[in-house]
Amino acid sequence: MNIQIKNGRVIDPANGVDAVQDLFIADGRIVAGGAGFKADQVIDANGLVVAPGLVDLSARLREPGYEYKATLESELQAAMQGGVTSLVCPPDTDPVLDEPGLVEMLKHRARIVDAANVHPLGALTVGLKGQALTEMAELTEAGCIGFAQAEEPVLDTTVLLRAMQYAKTFGYTVWLRPQDPHIGRGGVAHSGPLASRLGLSGVPVMSETIALHTIFELMRASGARVHLCRISSAAGLELIRAAKKEGLPVTADVGVHYLHMTDADIGFFDSNARLTPPLRSARDRDAIRAALVDGTVDAVCSDHTPVDDDEKLLPFGEASPGATGLELLLALTLKWVQEQQGATATLSQAIAKVTIEAARIAGLPAGTLGVGAAADVVLFDPDARWTVESRALASQGKHTPFLGYELAGQVQATIVRGRVAYSRTGQR
Amino acid sequence: MAILNNNPQLNKHGELQHLLTIEGLKKAHIDHILDTASSFVGISDREVKKVPLMRGKSVFNLFFENSTRTRTTFEIASKRLSADVINLNIQASSTTKGESLLDTIDNLAAMHADMFVVRHSQSGAPYMIAQHLNRTRSDVHVVNAGDGRHAHPTQGLLDMYTIRHYKKDFTNLRVAIVGDILHSRVARSDIHALTTLGVPEVRAIGPHTLLPGGLEQMGVRTFTNMDEGLKDVDVIIMLRLQNERMSGALLPSAQEYFKSYGLTPERLALAKPDAIVMHPGPMNRGVEIDSAVADGAQAVILPQVTFGIAVRMAVMSILAGTHA
Repeated sequence: MNIQIKNGRVIDPANGVDAVQDLFIADGRIVAGGAGFKADQVIDANGLVVAPGLVDLSARLREPGYEYKATLESELQAAMQGGVTSLVCPPDTDPVLDEPGLVEMLKHRARIVDAANVHPLGALTVGLKGQALTEMAELTEAGCIGFAQAEEPVLDTTVLLRAMQYAKTFGYTVWLRPQDPHIGRGGVAHSGPLASRLGLSGVPVMSETIALHTIFELMRASGARVHLCRISSAAGLELIRAAKKEGLPVTADVGVHYLHMTDADIGFFDSNARLTPPLRSARDRDAIRAALVDGTVDAVCSDHTPVDDDEKLLPFGEASPGATGLELLLALTLKWVQEQQGATATLSQAIAKVTIEAARIAGLPAGTLGVGAAADVVLFDPDARWTVESRALASQGKHTPFLGYELAGQVQATIVRGRVAYSRTGQR
Repeated sequence: MAILNNNPQLNKHGELQHLLTIEGLKKAHIDHILDTASSFVGISDREVKKVPLMRGKSVFNLFFENSTRTRTTFEIASKRLSADVINLNIQASSTTKGESLLDTIDNLAAMHADMFVVRHSQSGAPYMIAQHLNRTRSDVHVVNAGDGRHAHPTQGLLDMYTIRHYKKDFTNLRVAIVGDILHSRVARSDIHALTTLGVPEVRAIGPHTLLPGGLEQMGVRTFTNMDEGLKDVDVIIMLRLQNERMSGALLPSAQEYFKSYGLTPERLALAKPDAIVMHPGPMNRGVEIDSAVADGAQAVILPQVTFGIAVRMAVMSILAGTHA
């Protein structure tokens, strides 16, 4: 199947391309085209942006174990509607992804669905309990691209050090969300005036910064490469900036919600704004935006977490944290660029944060439209406006603090491995 | 970037639809409630302690958290308004059978409840109920009878009634709130009420472990030294120290707490000579308050309880629209 995408604005940050030109696909790969190219299908992308398919560093598919919240089919369809062609899923499923057989099963199920490429993170410790190391080499062979603790902090710092030393032995990346195991445990909102006023238990910024100090010391001791997930605070970003300057092999991502929202969006106890880590102050939000521009933050992810009604329609403190995100990642990233004052970041730079930069962190040959690359492509209309509402979302997770917002940027088609897997006007 | 939600406790005319918190109420709302309450104070002294204002209305006391005292005062207030009262102790019934909070509400609303009085251990739970009813049954009212650490608005209002009764004018007062501010919904409601009514100086006194951050933004001066904090105040509001917080990571012992923050006659002498002493009850004598003070001439703790009935009658009758 040969596809020619005509007249689109091709934005390919990995190759420094931002121009109106044609893109050619043959046998599932990007090709140079030329006189001999015979297209089976021609797509007119006039007025659209043609970019690498998005690479999402955190999307919970809820399989295995939580199929009542979401299934692989529903969530991978959501990925297609969101233009996400590769996604990394954390190991906090039930059972936890700590055995090769479970990883193989997940990869197998994903292949059958035949939509986005699924790249699991293996559990760093057995059962995420922070006690015994998992068989990292076996898990890597089964398809894991790194090792993580998801939302479970390691209580015993010795175990964390050993895990990092072991990962370093084989060159694996350790993915950690910095959170102190004790401070802020049980908290549901950013420690600050709003939490005090609403009487919500707080998660102080130092929960993040204390953990970062620990992680950096362990990195110095072990030499392990660490990817830091879901940074939420200005103070945390300051520490990462210094660590990068020091030359530590560290990268960082933020959840896309945190580019826009603050704890004030909790409003009158809106449990849709109950996220982990908690939405923080406007100052933290602004620091996250600035850190994306200066490169302290390498990538933006959706932190997609489907939560069903039974677990969300509860008092704020009892509601499960998390929001749907796969279908909002692109539009919310574009929103960030549009709101930049003085145009410090370009559209191309923004796309890089959800494509090539994310692919580099995950060690994936994705996020590029270079000749020879797998033909994972998204076509989107940057100006088309849509309203975030339940029926507009393919994901089984319908809860998001952006419910009711009008956003610009709509995916028109998603191509995975050279196949049109989603077309807004065509199939549904 | 918030889409500003409408304040769920006000209807589109800015009138009280529910009473969820004192924060955000106008001074006029509070004055109206206090004025209405004063017209009810005399009723309890009559031989027939009833007015027919809520005859035929059903008030459901939904207590998801135990509280004999608050539930009883709401029950008495409802009965004096001639309403039918149904007490539901929820932790013992449906939620243990797996029914969700909103299912419980839908069921009770279908029994033609006119008002829910809600006590819940989670901050914000009455909001969720009120927002749900605003969508489904806009004729049903919610009174927050205490939610987590967030608010206890009728306690705040009865405290204001008490202060107004003894001090007349709010605009020249110094008020000190003493104790476990961090976990106290009473403290939060009092602070919002006092600042809304124009009290120029609201103080919070306690050890750093019991003072939440952000009090300054709420217009409060914080003190960790009890003697300094009590100097020249007109009103002292003592808070109850919960048993489970008396020893642990927040405080070493009840004895040491009493030494540093217990209200003794000597400490009371630092306040203005006509200062009044309040306590939401139940008191821990010898922990936060000395018996000599609790039973002394400056204590107005029992009048608080009496006024509390009238204030709750006022709130319920105003919400039910039977007291314009």
